[in-house]
Amino acid sequence: MKWETVIGLEVHCQLTTKSKIFSGAATAYGAAPNTQACAIDLGMPGVLPVLNIEAVHMAIKLGLSIDATISPHSVFARKNYFYPDLPKGYQISQFELPIVSQGHLDIDLEDGTRKRVGITRAHLEEDAGKSMHEDFNGMSGIDLNRAGTPLIEIVSEPDMRSAKEAIVYLKSLHALVRYLGICDGNMQEGSFRCDANVSVRPLGESKLGTRCELKNLNSFRFIERAINFEIARQIELIEGGGTVIQQTRLYDADKNETRPLRSKEEANDYRYFPDPDLLPVAIEQALIDKVRLELPELPQQKCERLQKQYELSAYDASVLVSSRELADYFEATVKQAQVSAKLAANWINGELAAALNRHNLEITASPITPAQLADLLRRIADNTISGKIAKSVFEILWESKESVDSIIEKQGLRQVTDSSAIEKMIDDILAANPQHVAEYRSGKDKLFGFFVGQVMKASGGKVNPQQLNDVLKKKLAGQ
Amino acid sequence: MHNHTIAELAAGLKAKKFSSKEITEAFLKRIKELDNKLNSFITVCEEQAHKDAQIADAMLAKGNAKPLTGIPIAQKDIFCTQGIKTTCGSKILDNFIAPYDATTITHYKQAGAVLLGKTNMDEFAMGSSNENSFYGPVKNPWDLNRVPGGSSGGSAAAVAARLAPGATGTDTGGSIRQPAALCNLTGLKPTYGRVSRYGMIAFASSLDQGGPMARTAEDVAMMLGVMAGFDTKDSTSVDKPVPDYTATLNDSLAGIKIGLPKEFFNAGLDANIAKVIEAAIKEYEKLGATIHSISLPNCELSVPAYYVVAPAECSSNLARFDGVRYGFRCANPKDLEDLYKRSRGEGFGAEVKRRIMIGTYALSAGYYDAYYLKAQKIRRLISDDFRQAFSQVDFILGPTSPSTAFKIGEKSNDPIKMYLSDIYTIAANLAGLPGMSIPAGFVDGLPVGMQLLGNYFTEARLLNVAHGYQQVTDWHKKTPENF
Repeated sequence: MKWETVIGLEVHCQLTTKSKIFSGAATAYGAAPNTQACAIDLGMPGVLPVLNIEAVHMAIKLGLSIDATISPHSVFARKNYFYPDLPKGYQISQFELPIVSQGHLDIDLEDGTRKRVGITRAHLEEDAGKSMHEDFNGMSGIDLNRAGTPLIEIVSEPDMRSAKEAIVYLKSLHALVRYLGICDGNMQEGSFRCDANVSVRPLGESKLGTRCELKNLNSFRFIERAINFEIARQIELIEGGGTVIQQTRLYDADKNETRPLRSKEEANDYRYFPDPDLLPVAIEQALIDKVRLELPELPQQKCERLQKQYELSAYDASVLVSSRELADYFEATVKQAQVSAKLAANWINGELAAALNRHNLEITASPITPAQLADLLRRIADNTISGKIAKSVFEILWESKESVDSIIEKQGLRQVTDSSAIEKMIDDILAANPQHVAEYRSGKDKLFGFFVGQVMKASGGKVNPQQLNDVLKKKLAGQ
Repeated sequence: MHNHTIAELAAGLKAKKFSSKEITEAFLKRIKELDNKLNSFITVCEEQAHKDAQIADAMLAKGNAKPLTGIPIAQKDIFCTQGIKTTCGSKILDNFIAPYDATTITHYKQAGAVLLGKTNMDEFAMGSSNENSFYGPVKNPWDLNRVPGGSSGGSAAAVAARLAPGATGTDTGGSIRQPAALCNLTGLKPTYGRVSRYGMIAFASSLDQGGPMARTAEDVAMMLGVMAGFDTKDSTSVDKPVPDYTATLNDSLAGIKIGLPKEFFNAGLDANIAKVIEAAIKEYEKLGATIHSISLPNCELSVPAYYVVAPAECSSNLARFDGVRYGFRCANPKDLEDLYKRSRGEGFGAEVKRRIMIGTYALSAGYYDAYYLKAQKIRRLISDDFRQAFSQVDFILGPTSPSTAFKIGEKSNDPIKMYLSDIYTIAANLAGLPGMSIPAGFVDGLPVGMQLLGNYFTEARLLNVAHGYQQVTDWHKKTPENF
């Protein structure tokens, strides 16, 4: 039997507000335990939450960028459950009336098609603290620094049909929230977290299969692996005559498997009800209009503009817009170099991306600035150096503070374009290899590459390749 | 000294007849001598009171005193006080010292008032008799075998016995008005949102409201002036200017329209209490008021609606008392579940547990619509009843409580009977309206309170109506024998 996979995703983004969603304490990550938690975050008796309006602005930004409905009236509700890192015994969240509903995100799949993924809702809520189970002699420690950090939970429709699609959606959403400046997207620090609802059904069936919710997914790679593992597990189970039980499963990255955390029967009854300490959030059209003016160019808009303005391929453009900073880097480079955008895109998506990857750096931490890269590209464009030599210059540039021109001069990398010098070199090579010349002239065309290689080798790669080709052809033809 | 009202004490301080130090010492002495009979205080803040009095006397000497500067006030032990234990009448907070002041406490501090002590109360303000306190029941100074009412029973007993000239209370379903009625005091529950709830330990957030308890409407007006006001720390507080509540106390009552809800005068009302209320109505007629019969048809649903909404909110509000971060923790918990179960099981009293269970049930999946949502609908109907009523009349008058102070132990094993003590007061909480209880007479030597309800934010006018009555009657001047 053929099976179809159905995936829906819930993404929690920590918002980049300076203070917490319901208190004035700072949201900074990495401080000593319990130093960023005030009486409100600690859930002390009698304290009350006050909504941070900045979080509302951020939610509106997200809503606008996914073409969603921004609710003029949304309500905070209490989600009641006991856990030591949940200080009040309830989480302030939104339940029946979320701030954002019914949006969508268009994603570009590998095969070049575009797919629309529905977004059911996005709601504001507070994060919990962290329990720490090591270093306390069998007891647990609790750090409430994170308690009260604003989150927006973005819930998709079950529109994804493979782990790959899920990852494209997540990467698109990841880029979007970073473009909007509402989330730093740091997955290691938990600023961007994902739970996946996965089910399978016979191909052609319209009814959804029983789903499992996968938790503890903290990198794109793990999400893909976890989903694929889960799909295989469910299919194997059903084909073996079993049935999938609705449950929450934890992904174990070390063992690459999912295992049950709790089943539906054991699930908490959260006893949601409107939080009487907070008024309903009223959002007027004027505020929405104001926030709309603050929206930056979004990834998809930017992608289309880059293709049009710079005549880039869809692929090049989509790679460049994967982060706002990368696209900015590209545009700054092109502007300063005044060379073809295609050349700049090739270098940024190729050489630079590889080097950053090797050193595990973000584009913002690149040791080569757009101005330096522009200098290098200009020297390629004006034939001072070849593309191949440029790679060596790039390597030196990565490590040193010298300018592109001074590297070229000091290392003697300037391209040989003097035609008499090139002719002399070719003559020397032909004279040294009479046998090969004879073979070439008797029809062995393939030897052309051999002569090119020999000249390049002798010149240290500095001969202008186009000139070399032209002159070599003439000489071999006996002209 | 202790027989003076707050207004008289303030006038004496201003005239330098006595100092805040002298007043404070006089009240501290009375507490020391008499409170063993009443158990009205959980904590007496002797040291703090002396410090506050010193500051107040300095303010008075400099001439920058405010109306309540130098006046000792007792605070219900539900208001958090920085550095001083705040128990909420519960074992679970027996060791709790807040690192912050409730906004109400801050306001009294800024006014130069003296913190006399923290008064006894039903645990987490759940009760109508003050028998539900971890610190033992409070006795009614009018009859030591009887309850003072609750949940602000400690405040009521302390002021009635003149161990304090004024005290704060909180009112979720009648917890200021009912004990005021049972102890012959004037008490006011303000409009929901008029007084900040920040630092006031929550019982039912959508109903709780702090307010003053004293002997006269004038004293209550002075205290409300200190307590009322918008607070950025409480999203449900209302940003509305605070009038000078004492400025309009003597306005004429001629032409005011008083409504009598027929539902408050039905067969359930004790005939003797009815007589007392009828006499008070006569006084108002003499003062120029016109009396109108009105109906609040949905108010009979207020007790059942309240006993869904209040427990539901309390079941969530009290979840934070888990033995993890502060308060009581059971000995040697063997795991997390044991820690929760025993800390809460041993830390909370029976009535609190009962309400947590009722509330948890009412919010559970499958029951939410039938209980919580339905109760919220009833709440709206009750509010509509009042809106309709206030389109016809200015104030609503009736009894505060269906009976006078009952005997200690009389109702403590019958929660339904106990819950019905608040039958006349609860509707105002559900609708968020301001209400007062005013001494109106006696039955068998026990005080009877008259309740006045007003429209939203009409506290100044309510106080004016209460004050007018107190100018022509002297029930509020009666004090219990032996105190």
